[in-house]
Amino acid sequence: MLNFFALWTSHNPQYCGLDTMKRRGIKWALTKLIMTFSTSTAVATTALLPTICNASGEWSGNVAVEVRSFAHTPSFSDQHDDYLSISAQPEYFFEWDNGKQSFLFIPFVRIDQHDKERTHADIRELAWIKASDVWELRAGIRKVFWGVTESQHLVDIINQTDAIENIDRENKLGQTMINLALIQDWGTLDFFVLPGFRERTFAGREGRLRTQPPVDTDNTVYEASNKNKHTDLAIRWSHFIGDWDVGISHFYGTSRDPRFTINTDRSAIIPNYDIINQTGLSLQTVVNDWLWKLEMISRNGHENHYTALTGGFEYTLVGIINTQADLGIISEYLYDNRDEAATTPFQNDIMLGARFTLNDVQSTEILAGLIFDIDNNGHLFNLEASRRLGDAWKLNLEIRTFSNINSLNDPLYSSRNDDHLQIELAWYF
Amino acid sequence: MKKRMLLLTLLIIPQLNAWAETPEEKGLAIAVEADKQDTGWKDQQSELKMILRNRQGQETQRNIRNRQLEVDNDGDKTLSIFDSPRDVKGTAFLSYTHSKVPDDQWLFLPALKRVKRISSNNKSGPFMGSEFAYEDITSQEVDKYTYKWLNDETYEGNDVFVVERYPSYKHSGYTKQITWIDKKMYQPLKIVFYDRKGAKLKTLTYYDYKQYLNKFWRPDRMEMVNHLTHKSTTLLWSKYKFDNGYTDRDFDRNSLKRAR
Repeated sequence: MLNFFALWTSHNPQYCGLDTMKRRGIKWALTKLIMTFSTSTAVATTALLPTICNASGEWSGNVAVEVRSFAHTPSFSDQHDDYLSISAQPEYFFEWDNGKQSFLFIPFVRIDQHDKERTHADIRELAWIKASDVWELRAGIRKVFWGVTESQHLVDIINQTDAIENIDRENKLGQTMINLALIQDWGTLDFFVLPGFRERTFAGREGRLRTQPPVDTDNTVYEASNKNKHTDLAIRWSHFIGDWDVGISHFYGTSRDPRFTINTDRSAIIPNYDIINQTGLSLQTVVNDWLWKLEMISRNGHENHYTALTGGFEYTLVGIINTQADLGIISEYLYDNRDEAATTPFQNDIMLGARFTLNDVQSTEILAGLIFDIDNNGHLFNLEASRRLGDAWKLNLEIRTFSNINSLNDPLYSSRNDDHLQIELAWYF
Repeated sequence: MKKRMLLLTLLIIPQLNAWAETPEEKGLAIAVEADKQDTGWKDQQSELKMILRNRQGQETQRNIRNRQLEVDNDGDKTLSIFDSPRDVKGTAFLSYTHSKVPDDQWLFLPALKRVKRISSNNKSGPFMGSEFAYEDITSQEVDKYTYKWLNDETYEGNDVFVVERYPSYKHSGYTKQITWIDKKMYQPLKIVFYDRKGAKLKTLTYYDYKQYLNKFWRPDRMEMVNHLTHKSTTLLWSKYKFDNGYTDRDFDRNSLKRAR
């Protein structure tokens, strides 16, 4: 692989025209890629990297310190009360060809004081994009987001969740892909070829917010005969028509959501990844100060079929009580027709939330939300607040509490004693 | 007697004609002329440095790159990319301004790779914590206001029209604005904003206009002072570039996701 790279660079005069900094950046990115991922990915990415003269590359990113402090005595003896961790997420970006082509590299690493599983690294992005008038080709490791709702992201399926980062499921693992987007008057049609599967991350034995026994990711079961080498496919049409944003998608391949089974000596929970077909719809419209949102999926797999939806609104009060601050009221209904058999805790739940935006120089924001289960009265409370300090620092605060979670079948049951406060101080460069 | 009548009529009629234009009509005519003179630039890009100053004079800086596309018979399309503060780097804002219906606005959040639709009634809200509201910086379409010419005067040595304008869109943070329009450039030199209670809220002053493509005037500097909070914001514009060959495609949601 490295020889191939050497060959490529020596036969590419444009590459040699770059300054040392940029060359080093590309070389480092590619070397990292080769070390972490399959040779086929590396060959594809390297071959797709075309002439890169006149590129203007730049580094940015952040380094952060995080403290998680749990309110209650741990449920399991290996767990701790407080967890300290540090993370880094640098970014390297350059574009050329008048902005028609670009290259993005975002590695990520976290080191956790106690949880060996949470100490992990990932390539969030390592991708090349080429844009023309009527199409865009995006290849490499990327992150793609689909959807409109706030409480959960049903339709979003391209990337695996980096669940060990945060239970809000908004952190994702990089996914290898070739994505062709056709951009026409009738909307954007995206085709995805997704070689290789990423397993969801789970807390280790010493981590909080885990199941008992812990999830054993060394004995994962796949329906696909080629296991995590299965190539998944997806297609999505999206468009905006006046005040409406619409997306219709279909995915065929290995489900990002595992089904859990317990091993024979009951010492570990085994994740099972089925082959599924999932059709998704996302819909959003603006009516004055109201944003109306709907996400729906229909999924077939493991000889099962189910439907789930999230729908609701966000209403914004601008300049409340004669200030510059805005208050957004959010409410969503979460439904899953598998009922108690659902692999999600949100099968018949209501989310109520408020987003308070100060619109000040420090961009202070507070988002508070409560999801309550209509059937068993369980509550999940979530508060996220952030404020910039000076020009380069940012303070993030999160509080999560679990109450009335008494049903053994509730996927949140093992986290019932895991109320916590998380403080993160990040430095941006 | 008859002769005298005729004479009087001859004397008066032309004057009546001149007086036939009401202050409202004259105000509108000035706005239409200003719009006409600033039509045909097709597209432009520019760099913006915002300096935010609090009551104590402490400064914070923001850097934004802007791309704009002129749209015939409607508001312009704008794509703004934030370079600093560093924590919002890569955040991009896409807006289609409209003269009669609410604007379409989307925000791209790079950390989540998410494009969020924004309810555009938020026009009166501050732009990035500055003293500029969204409605102060989006494209100024004729239909967005009704007008009334007040008088002609000299402002800082320039001949100007003084025109009052009243936002015709709901959700504006203002009841009226008084504008000092330069008679040569048909561009504002000063705007005073009055809040919902009718109190004098802010003053915006334009400096160092330069002409591009031998036709279009753009200021290098704008100063907004808030009279109630004593906070101020300076906008420094640079690297204006026209004829970039932008099309609608450069202002769609795919481009929003690519913008950096």
